[in-house]
Amino acid sequence: MLLRHTTDKIIEREALTINPAKTCQPVGAMYAALGIHGCLPHSHGSQGCCSYHRSALTRHYKEPVMAATSSFTEGTSVFGGQANLLQAIETIFTVYNPDVIAVHTTCLSETIGDDVNQICQKARTEGYVPEGKFVIHCNTPSYVGSHVTGYANMVTSMVKHFATVSTTPKNQINLVAGWCEPSDMREMKRISTQMGIKTVMFPDTSDVLDTPLTGKHEFYPSGGVTIPELVSTGDSKFTLALGSYSSEDAATLLETKCKVKFSVLDLPIGLQATDKYVMALSRASKMPVPDSITADRGRLVDMIADMHQYLYNKRVALFGDPDTLVPLTEFLLSMDMKPVYIVSGTPGKKFETAMTNLLLKKVPEAKFKNGQRADMFLLHQWIKQEPVDLLIGNSYGKYIARDENIPLVRVGFPILDRIGHSHFPIVGYQGGMGLIIKILNAILDKEDRECAEEKVELTM
Amino acid sequence: MGKIEIDPLRWKEEVLKKYPKKVAKKRDKGILVHDGEMPKQIMANVRSIPGIITARGCTYAGCKGVVLGPTRDIINLVHGPIGCSFYAWLTRRNQTLPPTPESENFMNYCFSTDMQDSNIVFGGELKLKQAVREVFEIFKPKSIGIFSTCPVGLIGDDVHAVAREMKEELGINIFGFSCEGYKGVSQSAGHHIANNTLMKHVIGRNDTAPEGKYKINMLGEYNIGGDAFELERIFEKCGLTLVSSFSGNSTIEQFERAHTADLNVIMCHRSINYVAEMMETKFGIPWFKVNFIGADASAKSLRRIAEYFEDAELMARVEEVIAEEMAIVKEAIETVYPRTTGKVAMLFVGGSRAHHYQELFSELGMSTLSAGYEFGHRDDYEGRRVIPTIQVDADSRNIEVLTIEADETRYRPRKTDEEIAALNAKGCGFGEYDGMMADMAKGALIIDDISHYEMEKLIEIYHPDIFCAGIKEKYCVQKMGIPLKQLHSYDYGGPYAGFEGAVNFYNDIDMMINTSIWKMIKAPWQVEPVIEAEYGV
Repeated sequence: MLLRHTTDKIIEREALTINPAKTCQPVGAMYAALGIHGCLPHSHGSQGCCSYHRSALTRHYKEPVMAATSSFTEGTSVFGGQANLLQAIETIFTVYNPDVIAVHTTCLSETIGDDVNQICQKARTEGYVPEGKFVIHCNTPSYVGSHVTGYANMVTSMVKHFATVSTTPKNQINLVAGWCEPSDMREMKRISTQMGIKTVMFPDTSDVLDTPLTGKHEFYPSGGVTIPELVSTGDSKFTLALGSYSSEDAATLLETKCKVKFSVLDLPIGLQATDKYVMALSRASKMPVPDSITADRGRLVDMIADMHQYLYNKRVALFGDPDTLVPLTEFLLSMDMKPVYIVSGTPGKKFETAMTNLLLKKVPEAKFKNGQRADMFLLHQWIKQEPVDLLIGNSYGKYIARDENIPLVRVGFPILDRIGHSHFPIVGYQGGMGLIIKILNAILDKEDRECAEEKVELTM
Repeated sequence: MGKIEIDPLRWKEEVLKKYPKKVAKKRDKGILVHDGEMPKQIMANVRSIPGIITARGCTYAGCKGVVLGPTRDIINLVHGPIGCSFYAWLTRRNQTLPPTPESENFMNYCFSTDMQDSNIVFGGELKLKQAVREVFEIFKPKSIGIFSTCPVGLIGDDVHAVAREMKEELGINIFGFSCEGYKGVSQSAGHHIANNTLMKHVIGRNDTAPEGKYKINMLGEYNIGGDAFELERIFEKCGLTLVSSFSGNSTIEQFERAHTADLNVIMCHRSINYVAEMMETKFGIPWFKVNFIGADASAKSLRRIAEYFEDAELMARVEEVIAEEMAIVKEAIETVYPRTTGKVAMLFVGGSRAHHYQELFSELGMSTLSAGYEFGHRDDYEGRRVIPTIQVDADSRNIEVLTIEADETRYRPRKTDEEIAALNAKGCGFGEYDGMMADMAKGALIIDDISHYEMEKLIEIYHPDIFCAGIKEKYCVQKMGIPLKQLHSYDYGGPYAGFEGAVNFYNDIDMMINTSIWKMIKAPWQVEPVIEAEYGV
């Protein structure tokens, strides 16, 4: 057994995390920053942080992930990171020539109290930042929140640094993308385009982390929200924040700063969340929903109806990030599946409220927990107490899946051992169909492999 | 092809032009062209330039990830925010094989104190102690290692005091590592800290020697992709007893009796030479450098081990094994060689792999045009003879150097000075390592701590047939149409050590160099004349 020391006996823990369902802030900030066109993320801390984050993102995307570091040493930790950051800014603009450097902090620079705002200001006034170029920053102390918090903080800093009100309002809708894949961002944009709506999505990692092989390494790939687009978000008609944990702060700041009204939705994962997304787009833009979208929806409903018998009452354990887990749970419920165990290392009351609302009536026996020590060890112990039919989460789930012989559907971050997540969406009606196909394949492949020979079915 | 004819000195000049003046001045000393004679002085193990895009990681990564990561019966508890433990969770693919289904194996678990802001403000020692108690209650391990991350050192949490207190309370071996990420300039400092801690708290605790006539320790082998399994197979076949391996497929129990071996052989010099030196002083165990990367190199290393034991039976057995293994290797190389010979490789990785793997490439008839380490020191490039001349800077000075003395009861010189001298005359090379440059051809570009920019320029100008580095470089290089072989993770292949490993490597390199898709990058309409629009208006 891979996790041979895990038993069903739960011992209350107050200090120890085992097999976390989260990581720390900076990787989220790095990922978000890659969604700005021509941006080089910069990690203000020890080299290891940058190296680990680049490695994790690279393994997840199988794509180049460029980022730089302030390379703190012991001396830097004593005297402060200003000299390192200034040198980094000079070196980066000279050698790599980005449009923007997006600086995020680490537990190290936060603990010693580096004032990154002041250092970036100094860089500007002292000529380290060439004309027409930008340095933006956000604080991402690793000991607060999770990787999702870091993502949200970098997205908020995009608004802080760029969003501006001009004299001419723009007939466009802002889409603040919560943490999802480039494929999901592409699909959410496709739906709005299908409705004939002009949108600005930020961040936008499509065409950044899913690039073609051309024989040339494009250091700054064609995708990403551009600076003029980010500036223009202050003139937009409305903002849709998709995923409250990762996008609400940015939308709130945009309203405060530029008076752009917003509503917060879930990421459009599954039937109902996509319904809400389409309705919100339609309301905000006053554009009708085209028949082609209604047909897409109908195909998803058709698939759920046809496949219902294979999904009904199946017990599911999930782990990952709240913005994904909430609509995913809702989707599973819409197919009459039973999400019985759910954990997320990301803290915050909203998760509990949302899960209570979803599960209280339909699956009263469901156990869910988020924040500190809501980890995969606990999830595994719950599974040991009473098994499930399906596990949904990132690649670390495979160790539980193998030990307990549960089919695993990979959704979340990081996915290190399979591909497809960056290319095929799980959002929208089509994404929902993709997700059902994955779930069915996982369940039925196991059934076909393990059922008695006389029970093998040719047809579903 | 003519692609190698660009003068490397001119390449260097062009590359340095891009940098700000101060940066260029520093990089100038880290890049040199080997003249094929005595290795010239290179600047290594110095700070990376902020913003330059280095491949290096941190001290914690070298300590927890590299040296202690592959040991299965210890609980490695990371004291810090969640990320440090999360990123070191199973990502180095050290394989391990517990002897029974019940044997301890904590390697698939990730343990952390998940420090929160209140712990940063008020201190994290109480939480750490509680976490140690909880991990003990749940898992009942025999040893716990506590690893410090950046904030721990800054807020003054004393992991060593906590370890001592908990050791007392729980009655098991518990020890701390001051391996904060900011110490040193790379992973290398972490290796040293890990070596020191193993020496202080683990090695020498159990005097029960395993049975066997020829007892050795294998140092600096981490069982990536099963390398250690292959070496264990070979050693067993030869009749050698492996007392302990630092640290591929290892246990703390093995470390505790490592001092009962009669010879230490070192694979990765950079990460573990400290333990070898300290064990020689403390226990009288001599060491020499070996290389099991490459079939010929493996054969040579085995012969030296046999030579050391001065036993005709062992020597004969080793020759038999080599003959048997080489027959299979020869067959493999004959198939692959015509497709690989003449090709060009570049290697930028680690603290020894960029040297060792040149062996395998040369067996394939491939030349290494350029190479360098990520975290090597001058001795890894120029040979250990330069150690006395290496300047100790502030970043190295803060890494503890243990004062080791001969153990009162356990010190037992395995060979007399005369015997050592005689064996040296036969080529055993005790305590020696000549470094990477001694094995490189005239005109080779040696680049320490290569930057992303330098890497792109190397590829752009020299178009190697294969580039070897790590995950962060993998897809940048492949976007340029050049296959990249990961030499940290082996691209999830391997083993590459020993004889079967060499065969795997030959086949994998053949596969990569001759991948069909590299020839299909351009669409037909990008290479053929443009088709006129007929339906267009």
